[in-house]
Amino acid sequence: MSSLITAIIILLTCQLAGEVIVLWLDLPFPGPVLGMLILFGALLIRGGVPEYLKQTTDTLLRHLALLFVPAGVGLMVHFGLVARDWAPILLGLVVSTVLALGVTMLILSRLIRLRSRRAEDG
Amino acid sequence: MAEEITDIWAFLAASPLLWLTMTLVVFQGSLWINKRLGGSPVLHPVLISMAILIGILLLTGTDYDTYFDGAQFIHFLLGPATVALAIPLYENRQQIRALLLPLLVSGLAGAATAALSAVTIAYLMGAEWVTLMSLAPKSVTSPIAMGVSEKLGGLPSLTAALVLLTGAIGCILAPGLIRLLRIRDDRVKGFAMGLSAHGFGTAQAFGISATAGAFAGLGLALAGIITAFLLPASFNWLPILVGG
Repeated sequence: MSSLITAIIILLTCQLAGEVIVLWLDLPFPGPVLGMLILFGALLIRGGVPEYLKQTTDTLLRHLALLFVPAGVGLMVHFGLVARDWAPILLGLVVSTVLALGVTMLILSRLIRLRSRRAEDG
Repeated sequence: MAEEITDIWAFLAASPLLWLTMTLVVFQGSLWINKRLGGSPVLHPVLISMAILIGILLLTGTDYDTYFDGAQFIHFLLGPATVALAIPLYENRQQIRALLLPLLVSGLAGAATAALSAVTIAYLMGAEWVTLMSLAPKSVTSPIAMGVSEKLGGLPSLTAALVLLTGAIGCILAPGLIRLLRIRDDRVKGFAMGLSAHGFGTAQAFGISATAGAFAGLGLALAGIITAFLLPASFNWLPILVGG
């Protein structure tokens, strides 16, 4: 029995289960995300990642960038929209990225400091 | 002779084999180009590949549907890759448990800020509705962002390009912002970079330290989950609000 095939079966079965449940219950989020949570739950119950699954997913995640290319090329279909909306898109991207980085860092560092201070007091 | 070449081209251009092979060759070439140029996030291999492939398709008069017949075999792997994100999430479970509440609160605030500020700014500047919906999930990793975009009524392929741009922008801006806000904790740096610049930010965080990298992976996963679960639900009332 090939462990590569077992790993592929595990990933596809989780995705399939996720897609079916999302369709069935008419949930508003993507099926593979639910598939990820199903696998995460299964790993918690099992108490470890089997070596063959780790190897296959490491390979897949190491080449993650390649998987975005076919969809990215689809940008050519939307040239008209991008030509019209390029300014709002660019300003929205830059400002929101600065705000998200800033808000996350400030809140998390405050909360961590608060917690360690409380640990010292207690 | 010329006729034979035209015949062979007609056969190849319509077969999935040509565009599947072409995608892999162009990506491999883009990795090489990026490395030669010093590995800059501005010229990410994915952005270079997109530019070259779009150029080839336009020059040969090939439409996107024909290209996608071949490239879909690569595209399909995005689903299993999303499921595979469960493994880094599981491997970081102890750190998650130790800082669960601070991570959840700051993650929720950061992910909401990213989506709402981007959509608000683009809306105020008069962008189309479909642009706004494609823009909303741009901070999270592509496989999740594209799924959310589709759920919202955006254009998944436009979202894919915006996600890549966000990653590059995040990598350029993060070091300066970290200095400005005087952040010294690697956990905070990494988490924020993964949360707001997904895989690009995570790769850069691993350059700071292994701890920053692990927390970036956590930020990436958490942003993905929060966005996937809350964005479609919370955006359902938006069209009513702005009368669109």
